[in-house]
Amino acid sequence: MEFNEPAGENVFDHSKVVGRPTPRVDGPLKVSGRAPYAYERHDVAEGQLVGYPVVSTIAQGRITNMETEAALNAPGVVAIVTTLETGEMPIPSDMNVAPLFGGAEVAHYHQAIGVVVADTLEQARAAAALIKVDYDVTKGSYDLEAAWQEKREDRSDPVSRVGDFEAAFEAAEVTLDQEYRTPSQSHAMMEPHASIAAWKDGKLTVWTSNQMIEWTRQALATTLEMDPEDVRIDSPFIGGGFGSKLFLRADSVLAALGARKAGRPVKVMLPRPMVMNNTTHRASTIQRIRIGAQQDGKITAIAHEAISHTFPGGDGENAISQTQKFYAGENRLIVKHLAEMHLPEANAMRAPGEAAGLMALEIAMDEMAEKLGMDPAEFRAINDTQVDPEDPDKPFSERHFVECLNRGSEAFGWGDRNATPGQRRDGNWLIGHGMAGAYRGSPAQDSGARVRLQPDGRLIVETDMTDIGTGSYTIIAQTAAETMGLPLDMVEVRLGDSDFPVSAGSGGQWGAASSTAGTYAACLALRSEIAKKIGVNDTDSLTFKNAGVRTGEKQMTLASIASEGEIVAEYTMEFSDSRDEEIVSTFAAHFVEVGVHVATGEIRLRRMLAACDAGRILNPITARSQVIGGMVMGVGAAMMEDLAIDEGRGFFVTHDLANYEVPVHMDIPDQEVIFLDTLDPQSSPLKAKGVGELGLCGVAAAVANAVYNATGVRVRDYPVTLDKYLDQLPAV
Amino acid sequence: MGAPIEFEIRRRTLVASSAAVAIGAATGQRSGAQSRAALTPSGAEDSTITLTVNGVEQELTIDNRTTLLDLLRENLKLTGTKKGCDHGQCGACTCTVNGQRVNSCLSLAVMHDGDEIQSIEGVGTPDDLDPMQAAFVANDGFQCGYCTPGQIMSARSVLDEIRAGIPSHVTDDLNAQIEVTDDEIRERMSGNICRCGAYSNILAAITKVAEEQA
Ligand code: FES
Ligand code: FES
Repeated sequence: MEFNEPAGENVFDHSKVVGRPTPRVDGPLKVSGRAPYAYERHDVAEGQLVGYPVVSTIAQGRITNMETEAALNAPGVVAIVTTLETGEMPIPSDMNVAPLFGGAEVAHYHQAIGVVVADTLEQARAAAALIKVDYDVTKGSYDLEAAWQEKREDRSDPVSRVGDFEAAFEAAEVTLDQEYRTPSQSHAMMEPHASIAAWKDGKLTVWTSNQMIEWTRQALATTLEMDPEDVRIDSPFIGGGFGSKLFLRADSVLAALGARKAGRPVKVMLPRPMVMNNTTHRASTIQRIRIGAQQDGKITAIAHEAISHTFPGGDGENAISQTQKFYAGENRLIVKHLAEMHLPEANAMRAPGEAAGLMALEIAMDEMAEKLGMDPAEFRAINDTQVDPEDPDKPFSERHFVECLNRGSEAFGWGDRNATPGQRRDGNWLIGHGMAGAYRGSPAQDSGARVRLQPDGRLIVETDMTDIGTGSYTIIAQTAAETMGLPLDMVEVRLGDSDFPVSAGSGGQWGAASSTAGTYAACLALRSEIAKKIGVNDTDSLTFKNAGVRTGEKQMTLASIASEGEIVAEYTMEFSDSRDEEIVSTFAAHFVEVGVHVATGEIRLRRMLAACDAGRILNPITARSQVIGGMVMGVGAAMMEDLAIDEGRGFFVTHDLANYEVPVHMDIPDQEVIFLDTLDPQSSPLKAKGVGELGLCGVAAAVANAVYNATGVRVRDYPVTLDKYLDQLPAV
Repeated sequence: MGAPIEFEIRRRTLVASSAAVAIGAATGQRSGAQSRAALTPSGAEDSTITLTVNGVEQELTIDNRTTLLDLLRENLKLTGTKKGCDHGQCGACTCTVNGQRVNSCLSLAVMHDGDEIQSIEGVGTPDDLDPMQAAFVANDGFQCGYCTPGQIMSARSVLDEIRAGIPSHVTDDLNAQIEVTDDEIRERMSGNICRCGAYSNILAAITKVAEEQA
């Protein structure tokens, strides 16, 4: 089935299940500790051994020797696989650039170079410590500032140029020219990467924790030079991903190689201190933003130039992307630089591009509003655009950003704030208010599902879609229940198995809109099967309701129709290029109140609010959780998260949860979320868009702007930590 | 050039301490390991302990290096208690020992001979949830669910601790009865990280249970 024109009126416009607040269907399993995550599947394969990774302690160079004898002789050790014996292996996919394993070359710190397989974790870990590795070290450069100084004035290969930015900026009545810095960040999902691998008759099954089942099946087959048909991936529960589990990672490769050598199933979990350097991260950026405007607030010139580090051949962090679409302005310049470094691979982390880009752009907008003497919300509203600012013939499908600003302002009481920084006090606290706009694209990917109507009338939905906490189980169940006229508890959703039809997977906030569309397509196919079964030609004449189907006068239960055996239908929703004729995106406005201690400079958030425009909200409960979760991550980005780089040795120093700080309970205040619940027929049959990444976008800047409003100190270098502003605080 | 971080010294220390342990150990249970005693990693001996887990008494012979967390997850296959960091940094492994919450990854199992352990599996089942578990579902106090058993174990203990009059960093008056405020809950829950960021909903769930129990 092809989605090749805007959705017309359909079952979801008269919904009874979709759009209703629905508690997670997988909730009871999760809160009782019964949901099985990757490393916990004792039941799937007999005789599991434990693999402990050996990782490189240099960033770049060559392994000259690995001494493994002592480890091999250590108690409980069954097998050791080293990168030297394996030899070079193919890069898993064209979305990755760093090798996961194999060969003598070391491409980044904590690259996997071996796995020790033993009866128990304790034995494997102790034995791994006995392995001695000799290296030839290649000295690398890990200095982004230096790279920026070199490339800062190079505009020879812009991402885009519209009009004459330089002239317009020169002529503008009010201008801003500032630099902003965002550090590298780690997904830091709570479940480390983990896999169990078992071989049988040349076929490999990997129970793992992964967002994109089909990508990973293909990638593992590529890496091991196998037929993809001989690889099965299963990942029904995922302890968070945020992009870190989009791709095949070393845990799966090590488990597979270890199991092959040991002749028994092997499980591997990346120890937490290895996660941040072994896997991917969001690259650090330096961004220069120039904005020129007329006194009335209309932007006439806007330039965003950014550099980020990247593993050679990679794409870094696309911090400029939102600036191409978000605000109006006739003269525009977008430049992106990359600084190649042998740091671990920079790749997608929640809202890749926008998250880092808006951290800068939305401070710049705040600064510009102040220069203009304008309310920052109003300044953004003035520069709203309903068409692509780079290509005015291309409209946004649905864009209600101004409504987000208005609804958010009103609910937050934005008008009551004191616009002059450093002027409001509550006891020992300086009080500040900040806001930011948010923009995130809302792509869609083809998504398939199989639906199986059971003789007892229950429906089973099978798709390789994943639920990384996003609520896929629940919204897919809602979609199937709605389309088939079933109560929710008669629908069972099975996810994450590569034996199921290929879905969109979870990434780029495309999962919800795409996978529900796929489920809908499969259910429509099932409706046709049912029509055939009862001898009706026109499926549209059937009404599916109350676990039954009605045609004219006749009313039958679905159970009775399937009484002779299950009825199965499988279908894929394909999104045609026509979807891209308009820009399908999501928007939000964030509002934050902070207190900054007059003496110590400690920042405490006092309240947060988001107003979101993200299409039909399929389940207000899980969608809200996505947004508040994004807001929490945004607080982390604003105030603490920093994968600090050792510029001498080329690795992330803050590589565990004690050093890489993320927000805890005490950091997070009251949060409010408003959904406009607009419909976007251009996006999907359910008129839905993504919301999981939108919740993060812009939040950090709103916090930084609030700190400025509280103190009068503008920090343009994230995270906003004491060392950057304490000495500039107003005198006590 | 060799590795920038030299492991030689550490290895020698390790070997020396291993030998010391091998000599000091009264029972050399590992016959196969005798000849390579010098290379046997430190602490690689077994002990037999008896402990009660979720009301069931268990006698177990375990590697001395096994944490309470791995005893639950690996030896007893009670995988509801999660491993997020194995270093006491995240709280995912929270369970109770003799009624008090601990990070089970920071505690060696051999230290718990005779102790009474409760893990999430002993709190409730999908069909028969404990009030805190039900409140987490009702308030959507989680997303991916990986931190959740630890959050729930902590949440139950937090209410007990407040009732028992144990003060926290945010308790103003040490002589008055401690009230169940938002800040008391947030402060006491701050050892349990939720990267999905469900904090507001977790607070709502705990508050609901506290109100019901008041
Ligand atoms: S696993 Fe014990 S605190 Fe993280
Ligand atoms: S629910 Fe995912 S970490 Fe808390």
